Amino acid sequence: MRDFLEFEKPLKELEERLEKLKKSGSERKALPRLIRILQSRLTKTEQEIFGNLTPWQQTQIARHPQRPSILDYMKHMCEDFLELHGDRAFGDDKAVVGGFATFRGRSICVIGHEKGQTFKERVKRNFGMANPEGYRKALRLMQLAEKFKRPVVTFIDTPGAYPGIGAEERGQARAIAGNLFAMSRLKVPIVAVITGEGGSGGALGLGVADRIVMLEHSIYSVISAEGCAAILWEDATKTQAAAAALKMTGAELLKLGIADEVVPEPLGGAHRDAEGTSQSLAQTLHTQLNQLLTTSTEQLLANRYEKFRQMAALADD
Amino acid sequence: MGWFQKGSSEEREKGKLNIVEGMWIKCAFCRAVVYRKEVDQNFKLCPKCGYHFPLSVPERLDVLLDPGSFQEWDADLSPGDPLAFTDTQSYLGRIEIYQKKTGRRDAIVTGKGKLQTSPVIVGIFDFGFMGGSMGSVVGEKICRAADRAIEGNTPFLLVTTSGGARMQEGILSLMQMARTSAAMARLHEAGVPFISLLTDPTFGGVTASVAMLGDVILAEPKALIGFAGPRVIEQTIKQRLPDGFQRAEFLLEHGMIDAIVSRPRLRQTLHSVFRHLGAGV
Repeated sequence: MRDFLEFEKPLKELEERLEKLKKSGSERKALPRLIRILQSRLTKTEQEIFGNLTPWQQTQIARHPQRPSILDYMKHMCEDFLELHGDRAFGDDKAVVGGFATFRGRSICVIGHEKGQTFKERVKRNFGMANPEGYRKALRLMQLAEKFKRPVVTFIDTPGAYPGIGAEERGQARAIAGNLFAMSRLKVPIVAVITGEGGSGGALGLGVADRIVMLEHSIYSVISAEGCAAILWEDATKTQAAAAALKMTGAELLKLGIADEVVPEPLGGAHRDAEGTSQSLAQTLHTQLNQLLTTSTEQLLANRYEKFRQMAALADD
Repeated sequence: MGWFQKGSSEEREKGKLNIVEGMWIKCAFCRAVVYRKEVDQNFKLCPKCGYHFPLSVPERLDVLLDPGSFQEWDADLSPGDPLAFTDTQSYLGRIEIYQKKTGRRDAIVTGKGKLQTSPVIVGIFDFGFMGGSMGSVVGEKICRAADRAIEGNTPFLLVTTSGGARMQEGILSLMQMARTSAAMARLHEAGVPFISLLTDPTFGGVTASVAMLGDVILAEPKALIGFAGPRVIEQTIKQRLPDGFQRAEFLLEHGMIDAIVSRPRLRQTLHSVFRHLGAGV
């Protein structure tokens, strides 16, 4: 059973009526016609809703509890995912998953946030909010990838890095900074995919890359719409306005020159067809990796530096 | 990121430098009301508890560099408005207000100067300009300063005080974390020393990038330094935070910084750091 978001209520109603009708087993002659009518109304309503998503609705899709995560993508896109654990210093952060996998015949390093799909798992994964150990595990794996010359693909989906006492004690800021620093000079190609919620520094900690890919309904922002509304508007009810003002959807980031490519999702969002979404994403990754792997390391690093160096908006630009 | 609050610079100044008839000020740390002149004459330290009152950029330059040696760079860089951002007020409108108030175009001053006759490149955040928040201009000036540090093989000192990323620039403000860190990585490869001095307060995107990347990281006594703001943490964990949490002493205790340096000893300490890390000794 899939979860319906608030704005999907009209769909829920139509789908339920349709289901009931199909199951009724009624012999009525008009039944097939009724089903057809209802089906076409459903399709039309879906197109209306999903064709005109507001930034806040997009945010809700990006945060959908059934949104596919790195573990789903591993299942549908890669073979023999070998998960590796631990930061070799303090612990194993379950909000960050990483290891190596075979992607279209090639060994790649994969790292991503994992929010978990059931409530129990979400608690175990700390809702995808990593502690410093998560970033340090990611760094350790990236350095392994560099040593063995494997490209790195990251899957970003987090509300943000965890704000807690232990996180501060163990250097959350330094852990993220360390990743930005190392990723900017890592001598293998890096592709970052924003799969769901790209929440601020916690997202960027896996996000310094040669290519930044966003799924159609993913978001990427310096602060959550809620946080921004609370601080700038001083009014929690202004979340929708903040979501729009922050310009955090794939389409907006493409316009701003931050995202390199936006991968289309099935109507309604990636959770409606994780396998189909994986196939589209795999195609993009395949193309991007092929381009990057033919670039010399020196050129790769020069291009990466230049890419980020250009990310500024100055007056009279 | 973006832990700074709207209007917080004024509130902060009111709180920290609570002016009682101009002659007295209240210490933000021990709450003692102390004689302003006494504070001003002693590096702006609280005579009761040693708290380091925030310094303005000119005051910081005075404390830091040989008199008259500072030459500013890129003072004319002004922010664009990539998102055409408006909350209760437009971003550009807000910028204009802060530009008038501070006489600066944005929240950082960069340039070169001398410290005990040795050349040094400095960047100094201005908390009074939108909470020292880091947007495109701050990022750009740090990158340019790093370029010049590489060119001249000159040590780079960054003095931070910031609420974090400037959320009115949206994703571009987040990217300043990446680009300043990338600039520091290049500096690192070139073997040029980078020292950061963390002052009260330094938070969010600035801490989680350039500030924590110093070859040597120093902090001023009792400075509040962290990733997440204390209020955000309290709301998340629903607990009161322990005394001294996120103060410089806490960071030293947890191995996050190299040393806490009081202002009277600052020049001498920096000189020693540069002597040990810099070229030619």
